[in-house]
Parts: sequence; structure tokens; C-alpha cells
Amino acid sequence: MYVAVKGGERAIANAHRLLEHERRGDRNVPEIGTGQIEQQLSLAVDRVMSEGSLHDRGLAALAIKQARGDLIEAIFLIRAYRTTLPRFGFSVPLDTAGMAIRRSISSTYKDLPGGQVLGPTFDYTHRLLDFALAAESEPAAPVTAPVDTEERFPRVTDLLAQDDLIERNPPGDPEKPVGDLTREPLAFPAERDLRLQNLARGDEGFLLALGYSTQRGYGRNHPFVGEIRMGEVEVEFEIPELGLIVSLGVVTLTECQMVNQFKGSLTEPAKFTRGYGLSFGHCERRAMSMSLVDRALRAGELGEERTSPAQDEEFVLSHSDNIQATGFVEHLKLPHYVDFQAELALLRQMRRELETRSITHPEAAE
Amino acid sequence: MPDTQAARPNPDCRAATMALLARATREELDQPLRAHWPKLAHATIRAPEIGLVMLRGRMGGDGAPFNLGEATVTRAVVELATGERGYGQFLGRDPARAEQAAILEALAQRATDRATVEQEVLAPIRQRLAEEAQKKRAETAATRVDFFTLVRAEG
Repeated sequence: MYVAVKGGERAIANAHRLLEHERRGDRNVPEIGTGQIEQQLSLAVDRVMSEGSLHDRGLAALAIKQARGDLIEAIFLIRAYRTTLPRFGFSVPLDTAGMAIRRSISSTYKDLPGGQVLGPTFDYTHRLLDFALAAESEPAAPVTAPVDTEERFPRVTDLLAQDDLIERNPPGDPEKPVGDLTREPLAFPAERDLRLQNLARGDEGFLLALGYSTQRGYGRNHPFVGEIRMGEVEVEFEIPELGLIVSLGVVTLTECQMVNQFKGSLTEPAKFTRGYGLSFGHCERRAMSMSLVDRALRAGELGEERTSPAQDEEFVLSHSDNIQATGFVEHLKLPHYVDFQAELALLRQMRRELETRSITHPEAAE
Repeated sequence: MPDTQAARPNPDCRAATMALLARATREELDQPLRAHWPKLAHATIRAPEIGLVMLRGRMGGDGAPFNLGEATVTRAVVELATGERGYGQFLGRDPARAEQAAILEALAQRATDRATVEQEVLAPIRQRLAEEAQKKRAETAATRVDFFTLVRAEG
């Protein structure tokens, strides 16, 4: 029997009004502006853009404000907004080799081309709370150094590839459409293009935990950071009417090239293998975790035994999306009165049956 | 730069013009348009619209493509009374700026206006971008590690 329940409307409207009030907090404290979030909570913005799978700093900042800093709620808002917009098409694949480098480090080569460029990093900070920030602060202007305008930053993995010491990246097949999760539901087995798209928008905490698990032995693959680079990359798009490829501007990206344990055979010389991570914004932990999980998910292709969660693509890809996850977990809050009544009735019936049996056959109840 | 040479349109020149207009601030388009072409009439071919472009990456940086995630894009197409069709498109959401970019892209094709567009619009944007890039590079360069090797004590 279906019982329609009504009567929550006024309570819901009032609850939302109260939520707005709580979002604003103490009205004696100045209201936060989306510009402030965009500029000063920029890594939260980067995460919301990445997992919202929509690059737009202003929208991400607005979502963070509206969600009171709950980033998964903010990502939900972004995912919902993107469904209201038409899609104009696809970019030309982003050229990370042509990145305007703001950070480039390698843990495999001390003297990588262009040098170890730290950029703005939390690395080597002492993780001590800076109480001066509790008051308003005016940090010192950055130090500058002379620039060699001819300087190039080839990828570290390209150097290994020149000596044929690392596997080649799979070449694209221009005839084959690129898989797109936003158009076709995920099916298994999933090709690497779909896996990478899924990981690129996956929950950072989930990717981090899975990446960590591979390091602790659950699908070990001996990773080295070949290179992490962060900086601006041009977005190019073809205007079909003109047959012209034009730049739409630049986006900040973080790329991680993980170099992993080699693979060879009796006939083929051993080579390092690769895991790849790419993210909007400056999301280093995310790009690194993604590259670890990408490599772990290549287990089948590389002839490795699949024994661990990070190597199980159905497990990983089905649980990486925090909007799907939060939807299913949080739906448990919604009224389940009828379901529960049914369970309750069943339980009572079972108990009654047991009682009746123990009266008629007392020995069976023992 | 190709866009300083040609007085007549060619594809490379248009792409370079569009690339600069894509990175302009609203002020950088609005101000010269009002100063130099205050009474310009144009027809709307495609009204400014906001949509999405799926950004693609490549496996390992140079391998097969995959879909990384979408970005908001605004685009517009206009036509001048003299027939030039201008295209404006860039990352982000700003319908007014897309229309202005399209108008200036059309003006850049008109021989009589090409030099003014270059001088009053494109050159200042180009210069600002160069200065910003130079500043970022200089700040970044200061964070480059200078390794030095300690003399190993022989024992």
C-alpha cells in the first residue's frame, strides 16, 4: 500500500530560510565575497572545479559560498548547473608540453631540463599554525629572478622515451570516438579513456586512499614521480564554420607523470610503465593519486594479477564519484516510513510464528 | 606577430586576433569601442550564448585523448553593415564581452579599421599579457633549486 504523506512544505520552506540565516553567520562579521573565495580559497575552488567537472572559477566560488564551505555540496551544485548548458563541442587536446610552467619537480632526475622549480608549494613548510594570519596580513612581494626566455620544459618522461626505457603512450585512433561518461553510462570493462575521465572527476579522498593502498601493498607497482608540473595551458577550439582553430584562453592544470615498475618478457626488453594524472587547477595530491590509481587499473592490460581494490575497475569506477555516493548514502535520510512499516510487520509476524510454534511444539523451540 | 602585418584578413591573422580578444578584460574592449566606433551598427548573427566545451587531455601527455572535464565558454557572431562577420568566443561567462569581441574581430577584417584595432585594442592586450607572463616567470624562476654538492669527507 502506498501512503502519500504531505504537510512538510511549510517546515521545509522555514528550514531553508533558517539555513540561509546560518550560512550568513554572525551578521556583525563582514559577509564573504565570491571574489575573496576565488582568490583566497583558490585550492578549494580548484577542487570544486575538478570534481564538479566544470572549469569556471567564479561559479565554483559561488557554489562554495552557497554550500557554506561543504565542498561536496558545492560540487553537487556545479554538476547540476552544467546540465542546464548546451555543449558547443570539444577542445583540441591540451598540450601540457607547451605549459607556461609555474612548478615543475621530479623525484627521479635531480637535473631535469628547466631545473627543479618549486613554485608556490606547501612542501617544506613546517606545518606550524601561523597566528599572524588570524589578524589581517600583508605578505611580502615575491622574489624575482632573471628569466631565460629560450628556456623549454620538455617532459621528463619524454627523455626516458627517447632512450626507449619507458613504454610509449598509446597513440590515439582518430577514427575512434573518445569515451564520454556524461553521454553514455559507464559499462565494464571500461577503456582507459573512460577510466581517466572517471578518475579526473573522482573524489580526492577516495583516490588518495586507493593510491595509498597501492603503496602499502594492495596492488603494489613501485611508483616514482617522474614529474609533477603545474601552470597555464592554452585551450584551443575549432570554429567549424570557419575551419579555424582558435584559442579560447588559458586554464591552470596540474599534471603528474608516475613512472612505475618495469615490464618485460623473454623477447622484449624491460621498460618502465606509466600512470597518468591530470587535474584542473593546482591539485597536486589529486593528480598524484589519480596517476597511482590509473596505473593500478592497468593491471589487466599489463598482465598483472588483480588482487586488490585499486586494481578492480568496477569497484573503483563505480565508487569514485562523490555525487553518486552522497546521493545514495544521504537518501537514507528521506522518509522510508512505508518500507520500514513493512519490515516491522514482517518481524512481528516472524515472532508470532515462533511463539505459536513453541506453544504447539515446545521441544522445537529449544 | 602575423596580426601586425596584414591589412586584409587571412586565417592565421584572424586566429591571432581572436586569441588576444579572448583574453581581454571587458574594459579593454568596451573603452576603445566607445572611443573609436561610437555609432557602429551591427547585425546579430548569433546572439551571445553561454555553453560548454569539453576539454580533452592526452594519456601520458602525448597519447590517445580522453575527456578531462568541461569549461564554460561564451560565444557570439555579428555582422557589420559592410558585410564582415566577426566571431567572439572565450572561456567564462560574459555575453556582453562576447559581443564586443565579435564586433572588434569583424572590425579587424575591415581594411579601414585594421590599424586602429591593432593599435588601440590588440597592442595593449598583447602588452599586458606579456608583462603578466614575464612577472610570473620571474617569480617562478626565483623558486628554482640551485643544487650544490658538499665535499665528501674521505675517511
